[in-house]
Amino acid sequence: MQSKIKRGVSLYSFQEELFLGKMSVDDVVAFATSIGAPGIEILPEQNMPTFPNITDAQVGEWHEMLERHGAHFTCYDMFLDTKLRKDRLMSDEEQVESIVRDLQLCNRLGIKNMRILIFVRPDILEKCVPYAEKYDVHMGVEVHAPWYLDHAWILRTIEVADRLKTKHLGILPDMGIFMKHYPPAFRGRFERQGARPEVAQFIVDQHEQKIMCEYTIYEVAVKMGGNKAEIAMAETLRHAPFANPKRIGDFAPYFHHIQAKFYEMTPECTDPSLAYDEVIPELVKAGWEGTLSSEYEGNRWIQDVEVVDSREQVRRQHVMFERLIAKAQAEMETA
Amino acid sequence: MFDKFLIDTASLRNTGPADAPTGFAFEAKLGYYRGLGLSMIEELNVSIDGETLSREAVTFDEGHGPLTLEQMETAYDRRWPFGTAATIAVAHPGGFPAGEHTLAFQQKLRVSYLPFPSFNNDEKAVRLG
Repeated sequence: MQSKIKRGVSLYSFQEELFLGKMSVDDVVAFATSIGAPGIEILPEQNMPTFPNITDAQVGEWHEMLERHGAHFTCYDMFLDTKLRKDRLMSDEEQVESIVRDLQLCNRLGIKNMRILIFVRPDILEKCVPYAEKYDVHMGVEVHAPWYLDHAWILRTIEVADRLKTKHLGILPDMGIFMKHYPPAFRGRFERQGARPEVAQFIVDQHEQKIMCEYTIYEVAVKMGGNKAEIAMAETLRHAPFANPKRIGDFAPYFHHIQAKFYEMTPECTDPSLAYDEVIPELVKAGWEGTLSSEYEGNRWIQDVEVVDSREQVRRQHVMFERLIAKAQAEMETA
Repeated sequence: MFDKFLIDTASLRNTGPADAPTGFAFEAKLGYYRGLGLSMIEELNVSIDGETLSREAVTFDEGHGPLTLEQMETAYDRRWPFGTAATIAVAHPGGFPAGEHTLAFQQKLRVSYLPFPSFNNDEKAVRLG
């Protein structure tokens, strides 16, 4: 059976070039289609300068642009400003109102998936389900490191979705939860900031053994007398979980979109950190049909020493996706 | 994530009469991967050679008119869009000091999903006149 996994990119991946004005959204979409990844994930608060006021004419321009390139929308990344006011948090009603505003815009844009920030409370989302159904948008809570698929906070959303028997609430995994190896790009940056190579190696070794982060942080901060960069590097371990790739298939009914986070790709088109080679076979086996949407987040780790080339990084990731999907299919057919 | 790109050094200029400047201004971007409502921009700290200028002296203008930081606290209908320069103006009698100086710019943001405030810092050696 041919895998129905689709490929796309999040505009987040090109934040460096978009911020600096080196690429336009149009350029990103043209590039995405050129590498066979025509599914476009947008962050309206990044890519629509007049947000939240979007006219029908603007919606039309977006669709015309996508069509011109043979691309289509896949996902809408929402935000929720619970701390909009200095004096108090948003009330529950205001939170629902803000999310409904996003659901409406998502519907006007013809987008079926919405990335829900992980901190949004499950009981707030429960109140939004009738609207998600009305506007036909799947609200996917972003399973982002340091959370992971089986985390109790995530299970609360699954519980709400099951209880309401709704198809419009679930999750949206961010592949950063599958950090099997410590990212070389992180290490390089901390070493340039003054981390001693032997201390950096100690942290990498500890992560490789999956030693619980607090042991390592204490060792580095107290016993080794770590400097600022070393302690900061050790503290990144708090956000560096390696979730079990074998579990992702079990959650497949709850998500239609994946944020394919990555920090760097090697020239050989492999990911030195995240275990895509273990995750993609599980997705293929589960018959998952959503979009792998590139989310490159390496710019902040290398921009101090090199000009960021998000295009090349994203291109390499898609070479890897094609290879891993084909391999997983072939293995299933011979099994 | 964009700290080194916040201050547009070429935009630094004095404000007020040329022979008696009353302050200085520069263009800057928001160091965040999305735009943000002005009420969530808690501080815009400007300092020269390590000395932070007073909060009351700073105004912000993204194109809809200058606001003090106090006015920004309740500017719920205005945003600083992603990747877009806004004018940071500082009342500073005499203007920016002559010769080379370090201009530092710090943004303190209230990002709802973060448990702590978010700080962005840029610092540039600049020379005006």
